[in-house]
Amino acid sequence: MAIDVAQFHQVFFEESFEGLEVMESGLVELEVGSPDIEAINAIFRAAHSIKGGSGTFGFSAISDFTHVLETLLDEMRAGKREVTRDAVDVLLLAVDSLRSMLDAARSGSDFDAQAVADVHHKLEEQLHQGAAPVAASAAPETAATSSAEQGLWRIEFVPELHLFATGNDPVRILRELERLGAFSAEVDLSRMPDYGIYDPETCYSSWRITLDGSVEEAAIREVFEWVEDDARITISREQPAQAEAESVTATSGPSLVPEAEDRRQGDRRQNDRRQGERRDGEAASAPPASSIRVDISKVDSLINLVGELVITQSMLGQFDDDSTPTNFAKLREGLAQLERNTRELQESVMRIRMLPISFSFNRFPRLVRDLSSKLGKEVELRIIGEQTELDKTVLEKIGDPLVHLVRNSLDHGIETPDTRMTAGKPAYGTLTLAARHEGGNIVIEIVDDGAGINTDILLAKARERGIVGVEETMTEEAIRDLIFHPGFSTAKEVSDVSGRGVGMDVVRRNIKELGGVIELESTVGVGTTIRIRLPLTLAILDGQLVRVGNQTYIVPLVSIIESLQATSDRVKSVAASAELYRLRGEYIPIIRLYELFGVEAQSTVLEQGLLVVVEGEGRRACIFVDELLGQQQVVIKSLETNYRKVDGISGATILGDGTVAMIIDAGGVIGLARKEQAGHLHTEQPKAA
Amino acid sequence: METNTSKQTTELGLGSGGADAEQYLTFMLNGEEYGVDILRVQEIKGWIPTTRIPNTPEYIRGVMNLRGAIVPIIDLRLRFAMPAIEYTATTVVIVLKVHSEGLERTIGFVVDAVSDVYNVSADQFRAAPDFGAHVHTDFIRALATVEEKMVILLDIDHLVSVEELDVPAAVH
Repeated sequence: MAIDVAQFHQVFFEESFEGLEVMESGLVELEVGSPDIEAINAIFRAAHSIKGGSGTFGFSAISDFTHVLETLLDEMRAGKREVTRDAVDVLLLAVDSLRSMLDAARSGSDFDAQAVADVHHKLEEQLHQGAAPVAASAAPETAATSSAEQGLWRIEFVPELHLFATGNDPVRILRELERLGAFSAEVDLSRMPDYGIYDPETCYSSWRITLDGSVEEAAIREVFEWVEDDARITISREQPAQAEAESVTATSGPSLVPEAEDRRQGDRRQNDRRQGERRDGEAASAPPASSIRVDISKVDSLINLVGELVITQSMLGQFDDDSTPTNFAKLREGLAQLERNTRELQESVMRIRMLPISFSFNRFPRLVRDLSSKLGKEVELRIIGEQTELDKTVLEKIGDPLVHLVRNSLDHGIETPDTRMTAGKPAYGTLTLAARHEGGNIVIEIVDDGAGINTDILLAKARERGIVGVEETMTEEAIRDLIFHPGFSTAKEVSDVSGRGVGMDVVRRNIKELGGVIELESTVGVGTTIRIRLPLTLAILDGQLVRVGNQTYIVPLVSIIESLQATSDRVKSVAASAELYRLRGEYIPIIRLYELFGVEAQSTVLEQGLLVVVEGEGRRACIFVDELLGQQQVVIKSLETNYRKVDGISGATILGDGTVAMIIDAGGVIGLARKEQAGHLHTEQPKAA
Repeated sequence: METNTSKQTTELGLGSGGADAEQYLTFMLNGEEYGVDILRVQEIKGWIPTTRIPNTPEYIRGVMNLRGAIVPIIDLRLRFAMPAIEYTATTVVIVLKVHSEGLERTIGFVVDAVSDVYNVSADQFRAAPDFGAHVHTDFIRALATVEEKMVILLDIDHLVSVEELDVPAAVH
């Protein structure tokens, strides 16, 4: 049977990365000294699945590496080894190494063999180191180890007749055994029937195997792990060395078997009893991330359906009180469309693209653990509302900004234990990550009970750097806003954690790109709250409809600051080409959209139209339009699907009457206007530049 | 489908194509007949007003809502630098699936009228002669004679090639 295993690679990688996450979060939560056995089991199972999978798919470097890791975990699980902070650290390093190896295997590149070897070495070191004190404290274990050196293993392997049907190959098992140590096998063909009734798909043979005694029993059991339900396997010592040793084997044996039952092979065979047990086992440990893997195209088709629904709805919304017969027919048509939309929507509702924010939050326990120990701070991380769901795209893009904010809170916010004690606060700081829904938005809060932001220092710093004029007075809020100024950092010295001065401005830009806002609240000595408000999805936005001539454009509400009627005395011109509008002491360039987009406007006189003040990419501009129409939610459609990216346009949408309207990208329009302006100056005054 | 026998039985005209014959949808453009691979045709629509895309060449008439998808519309007369005519009730938009850079795009083409469907086999293809520098022949796949008429078979992917769509048009 030649099966192309490569088709399963994707699944293997996805499962393995999930497994790594389980291991990581498990390890971070693991309490040193008195570990929760179930938690260790969960970590062990994850490691074991990775090992099994990587072995099956031929990623031997990964399976070898995981093997050491697994051995360590197995000893912890059996209580033979203490869970120390060092051990957990090494295990976490090993998780990182595994991740890099898996990444490399997935992309087909090479991993950093040296780094992996280092961690491998550390693991081995742990393995040898840890064994000593425990062995000293528990005599029976020592006996078990020493007994392992004595006597050959005698293994009887009698597969059920249907072994082949389960996809297992006895030859592979025998080869595995051969790798463990000195090995010999005898085949028993007594079950072999007459040639006439011989069925080539039935396993008639059984084996008697002798194996080098230094091999651990667990290692042997593991080889048979995938077939233990489909075969009778008896493992015994040829010469039981000591009665004591026998008893140890007997006690450790049963503890291994139920564990093994929890493992992966339960999925393979549809054994109900087993599945039940497996579920019980999982329910006892932390709830595993019940993942959804959805082909993005399916998800997008769902979004399309929602789009159509919104369009239908706005189409229906047009029939007010005018109940003429023609309108009535149209209304019916619209209702029929609505019905179809709803049905289609219902059908594809399984293809959901909302994911819980825990996908993003899960990385923080590790991050906080590593960072706080690096910074010599004690931090307790609280996560609230990790089941809050948000759009996958938003989720993916929010990760990095969140990491940045959490780092900032740890580095600048929370003080060292000494400082905290002096301030009368508990030695450990609390960092809270909270997420919740609020209307059509998701609100993410990063709250620390640290030092807060001292606006005096901030202002002094800003003055020093010339960001703020010396005489300028600012409100507290405006001063705190300086944090988001590019190139601003108050860290006394640059650490590798934060303080390079790139960051908060990037964070704010990223969040703005997602159509969100970031707010900051802080009280000196009490703490800082950073609040991020994001739209639940990127597929729908609140838009302001504007008219230029006979064209309708949509300006996203998030980029509009205000709209106003122009008065001629406030319009100034520069070099007879650029127009500026004076607004509360600020000069804002005017962009005549009809010129920029080459359409015919109703009026070219500024007083007869309206100015929409927009902000994009940190710049402001007044966009001159004929009229404001209304505000509505619009479904964003990409122009790039069938066309290409257009400067100044972020997408298109379909209005209630079925026509297409362009969505204006404020930043893009401003950029386009600047380019235009530059071109203008060049052509008119070639020497001016 | 490389059957040798079919080639011998191929004749000119409709309904006579063998296994290697391809079907072409033809349309009229300024009195000339053009053909596109029928498998690329998604649908044929009447003309409806479009929304202009800022700063694009004149032959891109804008975009149209095709059941929720935003589809750009190209006027082939303008694209081929033929005299523009008023759009009338018979003006149609042929919506084609165009492959470029591994992507499949849906693009509508405004033509004067849809003409016919022909089976054209490879041996009816005639290479387009060199017209000199003033006529671009890149997008002409071949010329074919069908029922004593010349049909210009378009290479639709080439017509909407990289330079047409993927590079943003210069502002000036």
